[in-house]
Amino acid sequence: MSVQNILECNGLRKAFGDLVAVGGVGFHISEGETYGLLGPNGAGKTTTISMIAGLLERDRGEVFVDGMPMTTRSVRAKKAIGYVPQELAVYPDLTARENLRFFARLYGMQATDVKRRAEEVLEIIGLGDRAGSRVKEYSGGMKRRLNIGIGLLHRPRLLILDEPTVGVDPQSRNAILESVEELAGAGMAVLYTTHYMEEAERLCDRVGIIDLGQLMAEGTRRELVSLVGERDRVALAASGNLEAAARAMASLESVHEACPGGESIHLLVDQARNLLPRILEEAAKAGASVNGVEVTEPNLEAVFLHLTGKALRD
Amino acid sequence: MRAALLISVKDLRQRLRDRSAILVAIVVPLALAYIFSLVLSGVTGGSMTFTYAVVDRDNGPLAHTFTGVVLKEIERQGLIEVRREDSVETARALAASGEIDAAFIIPEGFSGGVQAGGPAMLEVIGNIDAAIGTQVARSLAESFVAELTAVRVGVASVFLAGGADEGETAALAARAAAVPNPVLLEDVSAASRELDPDTFYAAGMAVFFLFFTVQFGVSSLLEERNEGTLSRLVAAPISRSAILGGKLLTSFLLGAVSMTVLILATMLLMGALWGNPLGVGLLVAAGVMAAVGIMGVVATFARNAEQAGQWQSVIAVVLGLLGGTFFPVSQAGGVIEKLSLLTPHSWFLRGLGDLAGGVGPAGVLPATGAMLAFAAVTGGIALIRLRKLTEL
Repeated sequence: MSVQNILECNGLRKAFGDLVAVGGVGFHISEGETYGLLGPNGAGKTTTISMIAGLLERDRGEVFVDGMPMTTRSVRAKKAIGYVPQELAVYPDLTARENLRFFARLYGMQATDVKRRAEEVLEIIGLGDRAGSRVKEYSGGMKRRLNIGIGLLHRPRLLILDEPTVGVDPQSRNAILESVEELAGAGMAVLYTTHYMEEAERLCDRVGIIDLGQLMAEGTRRELVSLVGERDRVALAASGNLEAAARAMASLESVHEACPGGESIHLLVDQARNLLPRILEEAAKAGASVNGVEVTEPNLEAVFLHLTGKALRD
Repeated sequence: MRAALLISVKDLRQRLRDRSAILVAIVVPLALAYIFSLVLSGVTGGSMTFTYAVVDRDNGPLAHTFTGVVLKEIERQGLIEVRREDSVETARALAASGEIDAAFIIPEGFSGGVQAGGPAMLEVIGNIDAAIGTQVARSLAESFVAELTAVRVGVASVFLAGGADEGETAALAARAAAVPNPVLLEDVSAASRELDPDTFYAAGMAVFFLFFTVQFGVSSLLEERNEGTLSRLVAAPISRSAILGGKLLTSFLLGAVSMTVLILATMLLMGALWGNPLGVGLLVAAGVMAAVGIMGVVATFARNAEQAGQWQSVIAVVLGLLGGTFFPVSQAGGVIEKLSLLTPHSWFLRGLGDLAGGVGPAGVLPATGAMLAFAAVTGGIALIRLRKLTEL
């Protein structure tokens, strides 16, 4: 096992009767890395992280958290994890401050540290001014933020977030994503499950695509995209000699197709962002004036479709 | 242990913020105990005193025997109060107004008539709203008259048979002179000792509602499972035993606190006599444990906290009724009395009865042991099944 890996899991398998929910999933996460498990509902994401967090007994496989083996009875390994379940796992009859202090004590924090850390987390999640109100009086977004805050309390080495933005308004969603980015920036390893492709693309250094309990592929977004051979599309809104411009562009390396039409030119290229200056240069040389550029890179949705034959939200 | 305490303190804080919990644990049982005690104390054989009037229009020796011997002796025992009235009309008015339960009218010439061989007749005027008091008065009158008739028949038989010898005559004379008390009062045995009404209803309602009060702790495990907070507890660096321990401790503390408050409140507000504090403490501790065990088992068969609450309520009511928390089952006798032994409620009330009968703390050990047996069996099953509930 590599020492810099905060999480390493291999060959995880869990079956419920005849149904194999997870069959042989394995991956690792390094310090400061955000790893996304991307898959539709029922793909096996929650079952996988339940085994990693020690909530669920696994049939096979192994999990190491910060070098410590994890089972359902592992106290030390559990201390290294901050777990944020998909449900709003907070006590509505308690205040946010009471919720935080209760879980801080449960994680064995010293009494002197409990109060200070609870206040710190309240500020991080933006609930400082409502800390004394009972949680049942909070909006859905506020409850979500508290749900995440509880996972951060004890400064875990690995933060596991199970679809934390489900049912959240856009403003709160953005706040949650920013928080996760900040945590990863501060060196925390993050395991993030989602079925929102945009979230995985925005947050994750590496993404594992999971479906039917199998890890279909993993890597950076670029690696995944190249894995399935998808290319970038560039649409130029242009005027002037479009035919000549298209011919000039087609002669460039990495341009596979250039089609003029009406007041635009459509290109199929590799690495569009890198190639764009040269494309514009060729357009100018050919006497075409470019008024607008739209680059469409192949996304994880396309990768998922390619790998599984179905859309993420199916 | 630390984690279990943390969970229990958190649960108690949540529970105490729910006003319905205080209603169920303290206010309702206290109010019902007071109301039952007030309304039903006479029905259950408690220390009711009946008030009777006597109108003696005879003033003969037999009238004096009835008022001065029979009624006086019962009055001395505190079961009745007797007041003399001059006229039948006054006695009738008193009965109609409810001031007395019944009136005995001894007709003019009663003693002379009986001695002359005439029929012995006493008139009883009853208060229509005091059926039991009237019935007791009627029984007293009938017993006295029956005794007089028996003596007279005996004497007549002896003389008809050819006279009596000196010994028989003396015996009959003595019997006639001292008509025995028509009411048999005997000491109750230890097996059927009963609490006074105030204490009985205080204890009955306390133990009845105890089974509702302890529900929260074990049912909250189901609630946490349904609402997702259980996964957070399981993910925390604590053992599953600590989670279970916390829940059971919550139930125990809720039960113990509610019982303690009810005991003190009923002593202060109703004058309930619970008995030796150590003995009561043993019974309360064992009773709470039994309640936690039984309600714990019931909860494990439910799919969610709501369903658990419904099933627990049904079981609590059935056991409470069978256990004699509303009416003393010792009065029912037979199968019901035997079945009541299958409830912790019955043993709890028996233990208190023993304490009221004068036994010390050691005297409640059988009742305590029976309740602990309930706790051990049901608690053991509950623990095994509750542990499965913590597996997600």
